[in-house]
Amino acid sequence: MTSPVLPKLVGQRIRRREDPRLIQGRATYVDDIKLPGMLHLAFKRSDIPHGRIRSIDVSAALAMEGVETVFTGAQIAELVAPMPIGTAWPSPEHRAVAVDVVRYAGEPVAVVVARDRYVARDAADAIAVSYDPLPAVVDPELAMTGQPAVIHPAFRNNLALDGLPGGTGVSAAGVDDSAIDKAFADADVIISQRMVNHRLVPNAMETRGVVAHYEPGKGTMTIWGSTQNPHVMRSIIAAMNGLGQDQVRAIAPEVGGGFGAKINVYGEDFVAAAVSKQLGMPVKWIEDRSEAFVATSHGRDIIGYVDLAATHEGKVLGIKLRLVADIGAYNLLFTAMIPTLTMLMANATYDIPAIRVTVTEVFTNKTPTDAYRGAGRPEATYFVERAFDMLARQLKMDPADVRRKNFIQPDQFPYATQMGAVYDSGDYEKALDRALKNANWDELKQQRDAAKREGRLVGLGLAMYVEVCGLGPSAILPTGGWEHSQITVERDGRISATTGASPHGQGNETTFAQMLADQFGVPIEHITILHGDTAIVKQGVGTFGSRSQAVGGTALHLAGGKVKTKMAKFAAAMLEAAEEDLVFENGRVFVKGAPASGKSFAEVSAFAYVPVPLPPGLEPGLSEEAFFEPTNNTYPFGCHISMLEVDRETGEPTLLKLVAVDDAGHLINPLIVEGQIHGGLAQGIGQAMIEEAVYNSEGQLVTGSFMDYAMPRATDFPRFELDSTVTPTPSNPLGAKGVGEAGTLGSTPSIVSAAVDALSEFGVTHIDMMLRPEKLWRIIQGGRA
Amino acid sequence: MAQVSITVNGRLRKASVESRTLLVFFLREQLFLTGTHVGCDTSQCGACTVLVDGRTAKACTMFAVQADGSTVTTIEGLATEATLHPLQQGFWEEHGLQCGFCTPGMIMAAVGLLQDNPKPSEREIREGISGNFCRCTGYQHIVNAIQHAAGGR
Repeated sequence: MTSPVLPKLVGQRIRRREDPRLIQGRATYVDDIKLPGMLHLAFKRSDIPHGRIRSIDVSAALAMEGVETVFTGAQIAELVAPMPIGTAWPSPEHRAVAVDVVRYAGEPVAVVVARDRYVARDAADAIAVSYDPLPAVVDPELAMTGQPAVIHPAFRNNLALDGLPGGTGVSAAGVDDSAIDKAFADADVIISQRMVNHRLVPNAMETRGVVAHYEPGKGTMTIWGSTQNPHVMRSIIAAMNGLGQDQVRAIAPEVGGGFGAKINVYGEDFVAAAVSKQLGMPVKWIEDRSEAFVATSHGRDIIGYVDLAATHEGKVLGIKLRLVADIGAYNLLFTAMIPTLTMLMANATYDIPAIRVTVTEVFTNKTPTDAYRGAGRPEATYFVERAFDMLARQLKMDPADVRRKNFIQPDQFPYATQMGAVYDSGDYEKALDRALKNANWDELKQQRDAAKREGRLVGLGLAMYVEVCGLGPSAILPTGGWEHSQITVERDGRISATTGASPHGQGNETTFAQMLADQFGVPIEHITILHGDTAIVKQGVGTFGSRSQAVGGTALHLAGGKVKTKMAKFAAAMLEAAEEDLVFENGRVFVKGAPASGKSFAEVSAFAYVPVPLPPGLEPGLSEEAFFEPTNNTYPFGCHISMLEVDRETGEPTLLKLVAVDDAGHLINPLIVEGQIHGGLAQGIGQAMIEEAVYNSEGQLVTGSFMDYAMPRATDFPRFELDSTVTPTPSNPLGAKGVGEAGTLGSTPSIVSAAVDALSEFGVTHIDMMLRPEKLWRIIQGGRA
Repeated sequence: MAQVSITVNGRLRKASVESRTLLVFFLREQLFLTGTHVGCDTSQCGACTVLVDGRTAKACTMFAVQADGSTVTTIEGLATEATLHPLQQGFWEEHGLQCGFCTPGMIMAAVGLLQDNPKPSEREIREGISGNFCRCTGYQHIVNAIQHAAGGR
């Protein structure tokens, strides 16, 4: 054999295998699916935030040519069970289509089934609904007093979760305040600030959509959905429609982004399935963008009351954090869990003697919240990092030095936090130092000072972050925290591999194939990664919580190892050699040092599938599966530095520089990792600077379209400056931590801190996001934030 | 119903459409050219960008009847049989896409940009694609992709 050894692909910046179909318009998203006889759904939605339905008149809609039928909420309630909740706390009943009372503007009240999409929409518009309006509950802190109304009678004062405590002194036996009280009694300095981590709209570029096809002859359902987790969708759709999981096939075709908002399985999905089952016809529903603004879950929306106790030297003694989460009108699948992740991550990167967090979740007449990129962790990072920045400012210390004084040290890992997490590995000072070096921190400070002397308003901000990723052991996830893969060396020697980590832009077809190419010593072109179809991928959990590489990738690696072991047994029989002497290289299996006498994958496979004679102790075939259950989460971390200028005349902020150092452990494809970080940064910067879901006092979303909600454009960003440190995790054999959400964590507080720094001459110590020019202008004019 | 004759990707297509049918739905639903996407309903996102008589247009902002007699190029018509368009190549080489949903419109917008300005600066690229939203990439790799196509990388 003279051919060169195939280069190792793990760690290489190779271009993606998914791209050829995507750049040529040849991919298939849900809206591209057309089935014979397919009917179209359109939802009539409440245009008021809170009210009792007095009557629904569907006669005009039913009279329209092309309308098959119309279902009201009461009729849908006869077809499907109430919506499922993924958390154990009590939760109000939530129907896919409202029955008596509407609780947010945009809640479905009826659904039209028509032969054409335009007709369906016309008919929905022709439905007349009259309501007895109820007071709109908009302000979550007012809502906690039961004012101006109680949304769900069983939930006194609109409290979905009433002050769940966690941290120092909290145990099953009760709550002991002595340590946290002592921290504050001993403090030289106390920082107290109310901070708002405001509501955002996830806005994947592909809206949600579903095609449901119930086949009465077979009694089976196929459902195509724009989802991050088709297996979760299958389980729920089956349960809701009285079918077995073996009778439902869920398919996530090409999915145009998710960002957490496509974890939940939504009412429209249940309705599509139920209507298809009822009518025995395929049905399709595609969300409009304006509809998506109110019908798809929102993110964030947590008020944090932060109290931080410290010494004159900058050592933090204690943190108290009281969280009030405005969760909207209902609990979706993980709504209730998200603010508890904020609680879990309140230690941030610091070794703090005492921390106490309480979580209160409040119902309001708004679209429900659920996961949005970062999902609870950006909020924790924001509250703690902003408080550290305020401490640095008060003590006139460099913000880096305050962090340095409080870091968990590398030799303290695994580190059990006050909040019950066990941080796997970390070297926070290394990431900080790298970021300071890459940013030329001291020089930036001189530039800032020089600009200020010229009368310009330039500021610097720095933030550390650590997030919980690689979700996660099954103990913390009601879906199960494992991932699954089945790997087959096919009869021609090519490899197919399934993964339950169903991607929507993450590039798993590339990174997973890179791993397998190295593991088997075959060209990447010989590998196909299969995903997103529960009929092909027998089990899976899905892609969220930056888990696809750490958990999904590991399942692949384990299944690959099993197949390789079996393949070695067949090859050993063919070569009359010992398994342990075999090498897998260049698409061949051979005895070490004797490649010429080896067998190709096709030859080994041909024998494995027609094994004459069958080697003792072996079954035919080369196909093995693995479930990987991680022992712990992963805890990636990093440091983000921002430089920002505020226009003194207009208050308009401009982000001049963003330096990021991220540590996600071992990286499979650094090009893809960069893309993930860029995207996260863009969403974190978007939150800090321009994005905000705004409800008016009447409970109407006034930023309900792309005309009103500021989606970041290419002109909103400088060129990001990225770097990484590598601290592998012991939580999985790949040492990979996950990187999908990282960018949203440090960027946001670093930018707000930079804005505060820029405006420090006006005596401001905190500014609530987003950094609307008017808000900054008022500070410059001597007003308050 | 109105009759339209539109040359799409080099092929004359005759069809009858409702007068209110948007060009993007005509392309997607009647011609099955589903590479052009619908990302919003207010002409902001640019996912539906195509070329109409050589100029970029948001196909959700035009009725099909307005394109009667015109020549339309969609993402499906950009590559020749054997070769990707330089912008398609650039997006591939530079990882200019993740979920891919905005990509066809983004590429078509970039085609228009480079027609007008073959050697744009980074600022000009960012301004040139500011009518197109991408939620995945933070735009940096898209800028790189367009620079790649313009021979700048």
